[in-house]
Amino acid sequence: MSWMKKSALLASITSVALVGAACGNNEEGGAAEGDALSGKVVMDGSSTVFPIMEAVAEEYSAEQPEVEVTVGVSGTGGGFKRFVTGETDFSNASREIKEEEAAEAEKNGVEFTQLAVALDGLSLVVNPANDWAQDITIEELKKMWTDTSVKTWKDVRSDWPDEEISFFAPGKDSGTYDFFDEKVLDEVDIRQDAQLSEDDNVLVTGVAGTEGAIGFFGFAYYLENQDTLRALKVEGIEPTHETINDLSYPLSREIYTYVNNASLKDKEQVADFARFMNENAADLSEEVGYVKMEQDRYDENMKMIDEIAGE
Amino acid sequence: MALPNSEFKNTKNLMNRETVSARIKRRLQMNEIFKYIFLAGLVFALVVLSTLIYDILSKGAGWVDLDFLRNFPSRRPEQAGLYPALIGSIWLMFLIVPMVFVIGVGAAIYLEEYAPKNRMTSFIEVNISNLAGVPSIVFGLLGLTIFVRVMELGNSIMAGALTLGLMSLPIVIVASQEALRAVKMELRHASLALGASKWQTTFNVVLPSAIPGIITGIILAVSRAIGETAPLIMVGAATFISTTPSSVFSDFTALPIQIYNWTSRPQAEFQNLAAAGIIVLMTMLIAMNSVAIYIRNKYTNRH
Repeated sequence: MSWMKKSALLASITSVALVGAACGNNEEGGAAEGDALSGKVVMDGSSTVFPIMEAVAEEYSAEQPEVEVTVGVSGTGGGFKRFVTGETDFSNASREIKEEEAAEAEKNGVEFTQLAVALDGLSLVVNPANDWAQDITIEELKKMWTDTSVKTWKDVRSDWPDEEISFFAPGKDSGTYDFFDEKVLDEVDIRQDAQLSEDDNVLVTGVAGTEGAIGFFGFAYYLENQDTLRALKVEGIEPTHETINDLSYPLSREIYTYVNNASLKDKEQVADFARFMNENAADLSEEVGYVKMEQDRYDENMKMIDEIAGE
Repeated sequence: MALPNSEFKNTKNLMNRETVSARIKRRLQMNEIFKYIFLAGLVFALVVLSTLIYDILSKGAGWVDLDFLRNFPSRRPEQAGLYPALIGSIWLMFLIVPMVFVIGVGAAIYLEEYAPKNRMTSFIEVNISNLAGVPSIVFGLLGLTIFVRVMELGNSIMAGALTLGLMSLPIVIVASQEALRAVKMELRHASLALGASKWQTTFNVVLPSAIPGIITGIILAVSRAIGETAPLIMVGAATFISTTPSSVFSDFTALPIQIYNWTSRPQAEFQNLAAAGIIVLMTMLIAMNSVAIYIRNKYTNRH
């Protein structure tokens, strides 16, 4: 029974892929320079990755104006929900795909490849009036974000003042929260009195307006608000372009896009877009506030793309 | 205190001149106080509204120009525009208005003019009123299941318009029913007495008198729909799209989605772009409402 279901699903996915290919460009072979492509490239997923992909799509449409590129922001989880059914060609993610999401994809016969596109540094920020805390350890972070008996900065480190702490964090649906959960909280629930918001600008305003506040979000939001916020060193290392780039900052993270292998193989415009993205992701991600990876990572990506798409 | 004479039995409830004038004075005072409380309510609303408008205009006005309307979104704020979102919202509006007009007014006419007044009808009416209060995201989920998946419309403008239309229908039906109910029975009776059929009466007498009220309902409902983000995100509307829609089955994005995206960006320039987007959205709504008000006034003068 389950075997039949599986094969039926496989068949339907294959037919979708075939129809997609038929809608796209019928010419065989790789995307040679100068070929006018058409068809659709459908992307959805993380709002963290969105600015990079918006920039890539913007540049790409100058090169291939007939290709319709759509980028949605359903969030990392929401994007994967559509991706594992084969609905989208790319799924942007600010964390790695979860086991249950990958299992769902396998059930639906969707094969995929993970492409890292850039780096981000989860930045711990405090109010500028906070002149005591300069650096903090992962251990201390875990304690203050999970243990509700921690009320003041003094409870975190005894030579810090008796100032009350307010907590600001991204919502639990965000990839940023998941990453913090994995690296710092160790799956322990975040404290109940932390203020959660899906909008990182709300967190910026919150920390900037509350003296004893601490919060965390992506590096880009810290970069843009350096005049109203101060970032803490984590384990003695400050988040900067350099420390994030060489991964020495402990809360550096890769951000990804996942590509559907069948789309990459059968839709010429998807393969072309994937190559274009990989070639330009480094510069464009820097331009929108992220940190580029080392060139060999992009070379690795390109090898994977070529392998699946066929040269 | 007992009074000696039965003639004066009820005078214990009477008051002397001083008490009367004191009480009247107090009533007049209360009158004044409430007048100022209500005035304060109005002033509060106006102050909030004008602060909002001032804030948006001061941030966004400098960013609204022809290029802003003609360009695609960009990572460079100076070059960014909302052309695809604007076109998407206009498509939505032109699809939603006729849809809710035909279905909404049709349903209202049936319920008011034709349906028997029984339990079933009132049960349906109660449910329609309840639907008007359902959060928009729920309609988004419904749209995703029915229009996107079952009817296989995909993440198209049609799927978005049907979802928003469905969301607006309860408000349109309730408002239209109210408008139809307000038409005087005498008008219907006069028409029927002259030999007109039920349909002739409804179409030529009742509907024209009710049109102003109906249009007001449609304005309110569609204005709300055009400003919605959540249901569109649910049905999979894109946030960035590199082309503009060519048919109702094209992928699309809409103004509120674009505005929401800009507000969530870290760079301050994008916040200004969001304000500029709000100005465009407001202008579009005001334009739409002006047309509706024009139609409404035309009919109000005739009847």
